[in-house]
Amino acid sequence: MLKVKNLQAKIDGKEILRGVDLEVKAGEVHAIMGPNGSGKSTLAQVLAGRETYEVTGGTVEYDGNDLLELAPEERARAGLFLAFQYPVEIPGVSNVYLLKAALNAVRKHRGEPELDAMDFLALVKDRMKLVEISQEFLYRAVNEGFSGGEKKRNEILQMAVLEPRLAILDETDSGLDIDAMKIVANGVNSLRSPDRAIIMVTHYQRLLDYIVPDFVHVLSDGRIVKSGGRELALELEERGYSWLEGGSESAAQSGARAGGGSHV
Amino acid sequence: MATATHQLDALISQEYKHGFVTDLETDTIPRGLNEDVVRLISAKKNEPAFMLEWRLAAYRHWLTMTAPEWAHVHYPPIDYQEISYYSAPKSKKDGPKSLDEVDPELLRTYEKLGIPLKEREILAGVVAVDAVFDSVSVGTTFKKKLGEMGIIFCSFSEAVQEHPELVRQYLGSVVPSGDNFYAALNSAVFSDGSFVYIPKGVRCPMELSTYFRINAQNTGQFERTLIIAEEGAYVSYLEGCTAPMRDENQLHAAVVELIALDNARIKYSTVQNWYPGDKEGKGGIYNFVTKRGDCRGANSHISWTQVETGSAITWKYPSVILRGDNSVGEFYSVALTNNRQQADTGTKMIHIGKNTRSTIVSKGISAGRGQNAYRGLVKVLKSADGARNYTQCDSLLLGDRCGAHTFPYIEVKNPTAKVEHEATTSRIGEDQMFYCLQRGISAEDAVSMIVNGFCKEVFKELPMEFAVEAQKLLGVSLEGSVG
Repeated sequence: MLKVKNLQAKIDGKEILRGVDLEVKAGEVHAIMGPNGSGKSTLAQVLAGRETYEVTGGTVEYDGNDLLELAPEERARAGLFLAFQYPVEIPGVSNVYLLKAALNAVRKHRGEPELDAMDFLALVKDRMKLVEISQEFLYRAVNEGFSGGEKKRNEILQMAVLEPRLAILDETDSGLDIDAMKIVANGVNSLRSPDRAIIMVTHYQRLLDYIVPDFVHVLSDGRIVKSGGRELALELEERGYSWLEGGSESAAQSGARAGGGSHV
Repeated sequence: MATATHQLDALISQEYKHGFVTDLETDTIPRGLNEDVVRLISAKKNEPAFMLEWRLAAYRHWLTMTAPEWAHVHYPPIDYQEISYYSAPKSKKDGPKSLDEVDPELLRTYEKLGIPLKEREILAGVVAVDAVFDSVSVGTTFKKKLGEMGIIFCSFSEAVQEHPELVRQYLGSVVPSGDNFYAALNSAVFSDGSFVYIPKGVRCPMELSTYFRINAQNTGQFERTLIIAEEGAYVSYLEGCTAPMRDENQLHAAVVELIALDNARIKYSTVQNWYPGDKEGKGGIYNFVTKRGDCRGANSHISWTQVETGSAITWKYPSVILRGDNSVGEFYSVALTNNRQQADTGTKMIHIGKNTRSTIVSKGISAGRGQNAYRGLVKVLKSADGARNYTQCDSLLLGDRCGAHTFPYIEVKNPTAKVEHEATTSRIGEDQMFYCLQRGISAEDAVSMIVNGFCKEVFKELPMEFAVEAQKLLGVSLEGSVG
């Protein structure tokens, strides 16, 4: 479904991705792990088409098409979904309004008729159960005044309604207490399916206890330095990222990386 | 951000939809202004002597005044001798007695504008319409039905003929003829407008609506609206405006006076979409308007809601004088400036009575090279024990060549008063845009969604049909401004 080859990207002249290779097939769940500033979030944003990042090399094939040629909204309509690390507030726009506009844009692209208000609400109510969200939530302004946990649950609700082919979850576990994380994880697990792929970007292996990945990759300094199965995450937890980073240059670089990795 | 900026730019640059010109035979007097012109207008309207005297007094006062220069707007001086002060579609008789006598070309114009003028067509609807075309009012619908309840809804000229005592009693009682430069000019030369009288205890059963259109070239439009709500009466009044696209600027200097007696309520909504001029700022309407409401009675309530998307320059401050004890004044405003448009708008809330309350919610949107200023005065006089005001002024910027300015003035002479002011300025963020795009929503829809969200508190004050129109209008006015 997704073939990333030697992907390089920079922001404000600073190189963040230095040749990422990644292949994801339908039905698979991949976890991308790595220390702060390693380029995890950049990878997620570049795949979603954020224009503040400049792609300087490499290719990305998505369902046989050149993903990098597509505008962000075209990628979304083609089934690529990004759950944001920091979901954005849109004052005055109700959650349900955004959701309906998004779903109808995606349906239109698929050649399906727009859902009327009744059918739409029925669908949303059904999906809300997945993330244990109450109905008044729908009529609040998008992410405005939401707690951290509510924002993340809202992202998963959107995913459940839009039914993407490829979902990228960017630090979906950050800022969640254990109960909220379980709810989010249950939501994601119920959306696992043979024709859907999921890429989870996370700093901690904790999330992987709840959403068990098929593959784990470690991103360091803009490259995937190690790939493996579930057990790799556990090993990382035990030994820390420095185990893979090769101690000598890590001190000098971590300063530079922290500067480059904080744009989300 | 770059692409998003281009999208915003493309969105803003959509064309004005109401820019057509109607080809009509008109009765237009030569350009220029002097006492004879004032007399001629009064004579054409067959006015009683008191009206002529009132006009002449206003004219003589106007001669002593100079145009205000304190507003945050810039334009070359206006040559008042280059304007024609009266233009009316020519009709075979003295004036249209019924809609059947109205020039079919004119009716087609209103059809194009989406105004339901023919009564039979709108019997199913809930809106009674008075349409003012250039200087005269061409048809007031539903008159009979309203008349049965004692409600008077007619053109101003007709009111002068049919109800001179009411006109004499109330005209200029809220905005005196010498109030300001443009109000004085209006008082001297106004040619028509709408008149509404709601008798004691009557709740007007439908929205009353006026549609203003400037058609003829080199004419000014000076309309005058007077609304009186007697004790316990209620009325909701809507006003819409359009004009053809012309290269030269046209002046629109209206005066609106509202009077609410004890326990009366007046709700006045405006969707102003005068021609804004082209992208380079050529042409467009100068909209210099004085609107003021007088909460004369106890527990009276006046609210202004305005959506201002048109005009090259807007200069208007719909205000409320809170004279009656416990009276309430409200001002809800969305003002959008795009390309080279300039707006200096806001309100004045003058608290005189005890426990008077006022609310101001102003939303300014600037795009292109638009300049948007909020100017508001909250004045609490010594007599106004327990007065309260809440002001919220938000500005939204699209792109980096536009401007937003806030000029709040607060004068409090009573220590028991509570006055609150909040102001924010924000930009449509690249992050908000990307969030919407990532959900599959087009840039155009995203901007319109974000802007409409920003204006929501004001839109919810508009009557339903108007709210929908206002939302569409914002979308259209912003075409080309995604950034």
